[in-house]
Amino acid sequence: MKVGIVCPYSWDAPGGVRSHVADLALALMGHGHEVSVLAPVDDGIDLPEWVVNGGRPVAVPYNGSVARVNFGFGATMAVRRWIQEGDFDVLHVHEPVAPGLSMLACWVARGPMVATWHSSHARSRILSAGYYIAQTAMEKLSGRIAVSEQARRTLVGHLGGDAVLIPNGVQVAHYSTGARLDLVDPTRPSIMFLGRVDEPRKGFAVLLSALPTLLEAVPNLQVLVVGPGDIDGLRSELDPRMAAHIEFLGRVSDEVKAAALRSVDVYVAPHTGGESFGIVLIEAMAARTAVVASDIPAFRQVLEEGVSGALFESENPQALAAQVIRVLVDPAARAELEAQGWRRVQEYDWNVVVDDVIAVYESVTVGGEKVTTDLRGQIVGRLGGRST
Amino acid sequence: MNVVILGAIGLFLLLLAWYLSNTAGRLDRLHRKIDISRLALDAQLLRRSSVAIELSSSGIFDPATSMLLADAAHHARTASDADDAARSRAESDLTAALDAALQYPQDVAEVRRDPAGAELLDELEASIRRVEISRRFLNDAVRACRQLRGQRAARWFWLAGRTALPQSWEMDDTPPLGLGPRSSQ
Repeated sequence: MKVGIVCPYSWDAPGGVRSHVADLALALMGHGHEVSVLAPVDDGIDLPEWVVNGGRPVAVPYNGSVARVNFGFGATMAVRRWIQEGDFDVLHVHEPVAPGLSMLACWVARGPMVATWHSSHARSRILSAGYYIAQTAMEKLSGRIAVSEQARRTLVGHLGGDAVLIPNGVQVAHYSTGARLDLVDPTRPSIMFLGRVDEPRKGFAVLLSALPTLLEAVPNLQVLVVGPGDIDGLRSELDPRMAAHIEFLGRVSDEVKAAALRSVDVYVAPHTGGESFGIVLIEAMAARTAVVASDIPAFRQVLEEGVSGALFESENPQALAAQVIRVLVDPAARAELEAQGWRRVQEYDWNVVVDDVIAVYESVTVGGEKVTTDLRGQIVGRLGGRST
Repeated sequence: MNVVILGAIGLFLLLLAWYLSNTAGRLDRLHRKIDISRLALDAQLLRRSSVAIELSSSGIFDPATSMLLADAAHHARTASDADDAARSRAESDLTAALDAALQYPQDVAEVRRDPAGAELLDELEASIRRVEISRRFLNDAVRACRQLRGQRAARWFWLAGRTALPQSWEMDDTPPLGLGPRSSQ
């Protein structure tokens, strides 16, 4: 099958949707499909041959922050040309109601089209104001996918209509095999935090409050902190006795992140909310590391209510400490969590997940129609024939 | 004065024409989407009953289970010419029969041990998942279409032409318990 995928966010900037698109494209190609990805590109260096440059994104204020998007006549022409040259059997757009290439693709294409919703958010102004635009785009889509129950609820709540749930995939092998970090002493118990240290939702403060209790029970504990933020400021405020146990890695590459996850005994996720899916938990499980996470809805679902990872009451440092200590001091409990996590993560491997995506493609392409541009305007298009 | 009124009427008519044509275009698109979803669902239901018949005649199951499965699958197949209500009943019955046959994970594991059985189960799982997907897309398009056709403009101006009011497809498509959690997501 020839698949055209549209990614609305810049190919050069790391991000959830962008890596989802890249992994999906690779998995589809692994299954023998032909893939072309259209994405905004900033400098265009080192583009894989299956990525088509959709132009430079422009920063504009949108929905209370600044979004970098492609719009206007030039962008529309680029999308149109890509669709005409691609001769796709199915068009797969991501985040179709955010302004950008995806929305344009919905606008100018006709034929078998599928869309994936990634984000979950409270009702936003644009979705209400642009309801009519969104509704028309929605009707053109033959299939809708949501990556999480929360994302699906956003879609159902805002626009009506349903979607099939296909979770994010993970390249399990990327996490399960490879080197460990030398920085982590394998003879000492170790835990890890991942995320911005100064973003309250990531819950680093909860972990810090639990640290004295943790050190009391496990005096030779190592704490690995991976993620950007004001690390120097944080370190200067820390009690030196505690700081001695913490390694700050700052922002790291995907490779180092995977190696870090492989190296530690327990991954701790003290997030206090705002996570729609919990991909970090899955990455940790793929690295065969035991997971201890707060009991926010997304995590409870991924961890099967505590079967494939331990849960503690969100924002409660004592509950966090109790669970982490239990898992650290009992090798059998830890091995059980690692095994359960490893079993769970197989369901999220891209090679499995992509089967469901292909099932969606197949169910919208039975007509055998190709994706073409909707050059005929809506009025002319209608005169062109009702029965086609 | 006359010119202003005439202009206003003209503008109104123009806007009305644009709106009607636009709505008709949307309806047309929805009807096509429904047709395609129906085709997809039809193909997957046939695929599912074929696999069920193969499973029943493969000698993997005990005679009683084989009989139940074969009977349900046969009814589902022959019902493909019947009216929608009868067919969806027959398909739901097949779902129940499949669930009865593949209720326990250990039984499923037993079937999987046989290479031919594993192949049939994979095929069955794929068709069950696709039935779920196609049915969801179909019902979604039907809901949107019925909503649009319920609007005054669509009713007064006969924008749907003679196309019959589309019906949603109701059936039990729960995957058998023994096949595990993956397909139930």
